[in-house]
Amino acid sequence: MTGETLYPRLEPLLAQIQKPIQYVGGELNAQTKPWESAAVHWALMYPDAYEVGLPNQGLMILYEVLNERPDALAERTYAVWPDLAALMREHGVPQFTVDGHRSVRDFDLLGVSFATELGYTNLLEALDLAGVPLHAVDRDETHPVVVAGGHAAFNPEPVADFVDCAVLGDGEQAVGDITDVVKAWKAQGRPGGREELLARLSRVDGVYVPRFYAFSYGPDGTIAAVTRTRDDVPAKVGKRTVMDLDEWPYPKQPLVPLAESVHERMSVEIFRGCTRGCRFCQAGMITRPVRERTITGIGSMVEQGLKATGYEEVGLLSLSSADHSEIGQVAKQLADRYEGTNTSLSLPSTRVDAFNVTLANELSRNGRRSGLTFAPEGGSERIRRVINKTVSKEDLVRTVTTAYANGWTQVKLYFMCGLPTETDEDVLEIAELAVEVIRAGREASGRKDIRCTVSIGGFVPKPHTPFQWAAQASADTIDSRLRLLRQAINSDRRIGRSIGLRYHDGKPGVIEGLLSRGDRRVGRVIERVWREGGKFDGWSEHFSFERWTQAAAEELPAFGVDLDWFTTRERTEQEILPWDHLDSGLDKEWLWEDWQEALSEEEVADCRWTPCYDCGVCPTMGTDIQIGPTGRSLLPLTVV
Amino acid sequence: MARQPDGPPPPPTVQKLRIRYAKRGRLRFASHRDLARALERALRRARVPMAFSAGFSPHPKISYLGAAPTGSASEAEYVEIGLAERCDPEAVRAALDAALPEDIAVLECVEAVQGTGSLADRIDTSVWRVELPGVRLEELAPAVEKFLAADVVTVAKRTKNGLKDVDARPAVASASAAEEAGCAILHMVVRQVTPAVRPDDVLAALAAVADLRPPLPPRAVREAQGRLDDTGTVADPLGPDRAARTRCQGEHATV
Ligand code: B12
Ligand code: SF4
Repeated sequence: MTGETLYPRLEPLLAQIQKPIQYVGGELNAQTKPWESAAVHWALMYPDAYEVGLPNQGLMILYEVLNERPDALAERTYAVWPDLAALMREHGVPQFTVDGHRSVRDFDLLGVSFATELGYTNLLEALDLAGVPLHAVDRDETHPVVVAGGHAAFNPEPVADFVDCAVLGDGEQAVGDITDVVKAWKAQGRPGGREELLARLSRVDGVYVPRFYAFSYGPDGTIAAVTRTRDDVPAKVGKRTVMDLDEWPYPKQPLVPLAESVHERMSVEIFRGCTRGCRFCQAGMITRPVRERTITGIGSMVEQGLKATGYEEVGLLSLSSADHSEIGQVAKQLADRYEGTNTSLSLPSTRVDAFNVTLANELSRNGRRSGLTFAPEGGSERIRRVINKTVSKEDLVRTVTTAYANGWTQVKLYFMCGLPTETDEDVLEIAELAVEVIRAGREASGRKDIRCTVSIGGFVPKPHTPFQWAAQASADTIDSRLRLLRQAINSDRRIGRSIGLRYHDGKPGVIEGLLSRGDRRVGRVIERVWREGGKFDGWSEHFSFERWTQAAAEELPAFGVDLDWFTTRERTEQEILPWDHLDSGLDKEWLWEDWQEALSEEEVADCRWTPCYDCGVCPTMGTDIQIGPTGRSLLPLTVV
Repeated sequence: MARQPDGPPPPPTVQKLRIRYAKRGRLRFASHRDLARALERALRRARVPMAFSAGFSPHPKISYLGAAPTGSASEAEYVEIGLAERCDPEAVRAALDAALPEDIAVLECVEAVQGTGSLADRIDTSVWRVELPGVRLEELAPAVEKFLAADVVTVAKRTKNGLKDVDARPAVASASAAEEAGCAILHMVVRQVTPAVRPDDVLAALAAVADLRPPLPPRAVREAQGRLDDTGTVADPLGPDRAARTRCQGEHATV
């Protein structure tokens, strides 16, 4: 019987593994509807461990939106750790959902959220455990339709062989449209089989069906053409944009796990999109335009969420929270409202300016002031102009010093290494900066125990950004610059001991680069890596660089390309990029101009404050930035 | 100078409640930390007026008593909470029960009566029931007999510092075998000693003395906890509070 619970078969296995709680479901606010009550069944997957996947807002939203429909049912599934996966294979227990413990194979759709490309091998593992053919072409109409979503879906080509479709952009409305199409097709007796269903789905706004697009390659390995194999599918697939966030106040009932997760707080998304225009930032580019939730909308989500969860911390989430047009009032009024309740508020914002410190002070009025994070991203003023994240060294030092003077004892600074045009000197300036920050901070705060942590990662060029054409720095380049930086920081022990350095070696970034800007040929590499045991690539204890490079060396030469070709090679203006037929709203010419301006170290303004329409999103998508201020206030809470 | 929280110190504890709860079904896989997190959140959702510790990160006043191991169900887990305002224990029990997941049931809540001693002092023993699917009574009964007849039964126990040899025998005050619906059941009364002897360790001991190896993972339920007296009975740890309360309510009634 489909939709039957596998729990009795799973339970004996749970007694033999680590952290069984992550597989049992039953979280607060979880839902299990009767199978027969729904016409369309969705399994929603976060392709990483439960502790990382459960707090994911995107899937929590879709789970709730879908379950609110009487004709739909949605359950969740996560990547299974190798200890349980081995037992499941031994005992023939398939990939299951944690809500109803139903086989993923029984669902109509398997929606997978890719915030990062490093989840691809976990998708293959889950498909295999589910008993669903790995390759989309081998599936028949009884198999779930595999739908990729999330930011990485803006270039789904590396997983094009394994997914049936990809949804570009916001999912709230798209999942409803997809549900309608599947429901109608099933009600009509599945006419035309899987091919017809996928053709119908390809006509849903924002849905891309890779099998209807064929790639051909030129002698130099570049893409010669992307052609449609059916003329009733769109030449260019656009993205979905939810325009009024106040109409979508999800999650209303955030899931609260019993198990520990990476994110032990409730989040309220205060706006979507970002217009700062940092040139490395895919998230900022593909989620344009900015759409703010109003102060009153935020206030009611915070209150309802706290009631529904019992969390004691609320994060005001967005890409750059200090940029909300009414953030000062939001922070002040929420802090007033929750004063004396042991509820704390936090802002994950990392903008480097004094206003941000003021905001953080407000939110921590009566709480501990431990850590504050800023993200200058580039070490020197020059490189910060290249990436369009301009802040002068003086302002940076002043901001951080202000933080120490206000009682913050730990400041974390985020940087990237391997940015376009970067030299050793740009990276070494990070050390100078950190030293100066500590020196000035000790003076301003009168304390010796202040600390500064420099956290630095390798830059990976991403699709739909001005840096999509850039040559990625090699792992050796990154590693040697990080070595120089470490030496520089350690050269003065009296200051150096107050500075922490956190970094990863350059290798995982190379693979992320392959998966980010790869095309369909990269699918072979992913499959080979998975067949050789690769999974949980986001975890350093599971990631194997050698497995990836070997698989690349074995699969790619047949196509006349290699790992370097996809990563450290600079692209030309004429080259057809694997995602050119996927429209994030950004004008390719504008992106190219911005890339050229980056190389000549010119900045662009934030279009939130100086309207421009140059990037192309607003005119092509028929959208507009949606910002306040509304001037409204939060009403006092009535005590019940 | 380091910052100090503004304002008055948090209100003191005015009432202590002692709670017995059960973990059942799927949530037998919850660990002690998982349950603690769930309980703290449920107290907030249920709006129980908790007393808090002072400082920048105030903690609600909760003391946990030794938890049943991950994977074991329990009908008798105990916790004590400190409140900043007096509440009706039964109202707190009901509100907390409603705020917790279905598989966690809040069974009893009584006010701690001063002078009756601490809860920890009233618990030194667990009563266990272990279902052994796939094992018959004829296999279990002689194994239990052999175990009880032995003076020492050494088993290797996994600890933080690797495997360690532990004698499982002295901790077991009594043990017997039964059968329900074709499944053998092990009943036992086990003293809470250090290092702990858990149902798993006793099963390892049965394997050692009688080569009893259940084909399927056993299911353990802690049925009760309390103080073991000379007659072999385990006393209800909430008994003294209940008795004192009845007495003092009786006194009020006569006024
Ligand atoms: C909170 C957060 C975290 C948290 C929680 C992560 C989690 N499990 O959710 C933590 C701290 C753990 C984290 C970790 C990381 N994060 Co993070 N994180 C965020 C943050 C701030 C919010 C994410 C969020 O909730 N967004 C709001 C939700 C509603 O959006 P969404 O998930 O995209 O979902 C919508 C659509 O994409 C779509 N959708 C999503 N999935 C699906 C699936 C289907 C089937 C469909 C149809 C639609 C669909 O519908 C949703 C509703 O519209 C974002 C920045 C941001 N504001 O987006 C960064 C961000 C997502 N993180 C990022 C990164 C790089 C990471 C790390 C890799 C960092 C690292 N080096 O370790 C790790 C990866 C962890 C992992 N393995 O997944 C980047 C992604 C980079 C990119 N794509 O260019 C972001 C964009 C930050 C940034 N500016 O660079 N992160
Ligand atoms: S501020 Fe910059 S890095 Fe942050 S989301 Fe916006 S564009 Fe991206």
